[in-house]
Amino acid sequence: MSATTVSSLPAARPAVLPPTSGFVRRFCRNRTAVVSLIILLLITLVAIFAPMLAPHDPARSSLRAIMKPPSARYWLGSDDLGRDVLSRLIFASRLSLLASVQAVAIALSIGLPLGLISGYVGGWVDTIIMRFNDALMSFPALILAVVIVGLMGPSLTNAMTAIGLVYAPRIMRVVRGSTLSVRQEVYITAARATGCGDGRIILRHVLPNVTGPLVVQATVLMGQALLAEAGLSFLGLGVQPPEASWGAILGTAFPYMAQSPVPTIAAGTVISVTVLCFNLVGDGIRDSVGRMRRAGD
Amino acid sequence: MTTLLYLFRRILSSIPILVLVGLITFLLIHLTPGDPAAVVAGDNATQEAIEAARHRLGLDQPFLVQFWHWLHGVLTGDLGTSFTSGRPVLSLIFDRLPITLSLTAGSTLIGLGISVPLGVFAAIRRGSWMDRATIFTTSLGIAAPEFFIGLLLVLVVALELGWLPATGYIPFSEDPLEWLLRLVLPSLTLGVGVAAELARQVRGAMIDVLARDYIQTARAKGLSTLSIIIKHGLKNAAIPVVTVLGLQIRRLLGGAVIVEQIFAMNGVGSLAVRAVFLRDLPVLLGVALITAIIVLLVNLIVDMSYGYFDPKVRQA
Repeated sequence: MSATTVSSLPAARPAVLPPTSGFVRRFCRNRTAVVSLIILLLITLVAIFAPMLAPHDPARSSLRAIMKPPSARYWLGSDDLGRDVLSRLIFASRLSLLASVQAVAIALSIGLPLGLISGYVGGWVDTIIMRFNDALMSFPALILAVVIVGLMGPSLTNAMTAIGLVYAPRIMRVVRGSTLSVRQEVYITAARATGCGDGRIILRHVLPNVTGPLVVQATVLMGQALLAEAGLSFLGLGVQPPEASWGAILGTAFPYMAQSPVPTIAAGTVISVTVLCFNLVGDGIRDSVGRMRRAGD
Repeated sequence: MTTLLYLFRRILSSIPILVLVGLITFLLIHLTPGDPAAVVAGDNATQEAIEAARHRLGLDQPFLVQFWHWLHGVLTGDLGTSFTSGRPVLSLIFDRLPITLSLTAGSTLIGLGISVPLGVFAAIRRGSWMDRATIFTTSLGIAAPEFFIGLLLVLVVALELGWLPATGYIPFSEDPLEWLLRLVLPSLTLGVGVAAELARQVRGAMIDVLARDYIQTARAKGLSTLSIIIKHGLKNAAIPVVTVLGLQIRRLLGGAVIVEQIFAMNGVGSLAVRAVFLRDLPVLLGVALITAIIVLLVNLIVDMSYGYFDPKVRQA
């Protein structure tokens, strides 16, 4: 019997969690997570349609509108250069979201393969990778990010690369943990018995089964990356003027906070709400995936 | 004796991690785009000056030789000299460490002070509106950026109400009361996040412990709820809580970078930020190394505390 024939038998198929319909139903029952997801979708739409939604040109400054309080013309007031704060926040959502996606993508592209290899291969490869991981995780995340940005030079790309590097060990740890448990499953032994190569087993059988925890971790990391970007841009180490992210807006509004507190409060609220939504959606996914697993057992 | 042996074994096991932390820090130098020697030599340096800097830094030697020299320096307390101030990096960091550590300690105390009663109360009244309110508030506390909390505190408590000074740091030796007053707002800023994270952990651990048989036995014996919680609950719920507290201290050291900037405190974090703008590489690497060592020490203390909270750990 050839390997191909056997591998097509149900027993050798990966125990991929049932079609996502059950997951979606369970997720939809979690009202907090659904509301958070809707808010995130709205923020994404705002970012996409920023030019249509922003009431003013975010870069246009007006000497007559320096640090104006909220009014019918400037809903959230204007900043120290006389720019409309609301329009700036709307446009900044693009950079803030893109930057988080970039950081998480970098973390995934490093953490996922290394986590899969570490968990699947085991032995000394696992020991070396995990010891490096432990060492990397000993550095406070923001300090390591500041140091990497310091070495590479302040810019948004460098800041997000730094954050991606700093968060990669977390992805690696989650993926390795899930891989270790998946590796013990009967279907992996079955797949190996049918002559599947390691690469195929990892891609077709292990990877689909680590997606649940991975998606949860990636969602939560989106929020963390947004926070880290905001922090670095607040310090002036991220996005450079004239471009702005939410953190950068908060950073420039901060020195004038006593005279004009609205921009600071607005930017801080937008960041907090977005991060909260990412965390709550992450919690929702985790609970739904968990129940799916239990139901499948 | 068992404790000493445990301590010895635990210290021994952190040595490889420590070496790797050193290796990563050392590798970071090679992340610098272009030629680190050119960065060191300055913007308008001649080729000779760059070569001299390369030789001085040992960058013209094989990688392992460079690492060995660097490691030897670190082990003898030599983390290099700051490019900008000309002072040894270690003494620069040690000068500022008390500020950052005061901030970290203050935030930890505030975090514990809020989270333990909150978490215990939520666990006892599980499912009540108070419990749900705790979960909601802690979610907010976890999501809110430290700088936002800090800015709001400055705005309301310092600028509007004038209750506390907004910025600056006074050493304890100069004026203990002023030291304390100036630490309140920055510690509260960082402490809110710790409290939020810990309160959830305390709640979860207490719910778990309160369902155990020995708690039922204690209740049956007629012990009051308060003494059950203090004598039996908290000590048994401590291990997961202490673990998360250890992780939080790593986060606090990172968060200090931003909070020190907001409150104009000259701690290790603001030293690092300034070093970024001045391209002071030895200072940056020194900060990375020292903070990582502090984190490893905290991990060690956390591990040691497991032995105190659960004697089974010591015997294992």
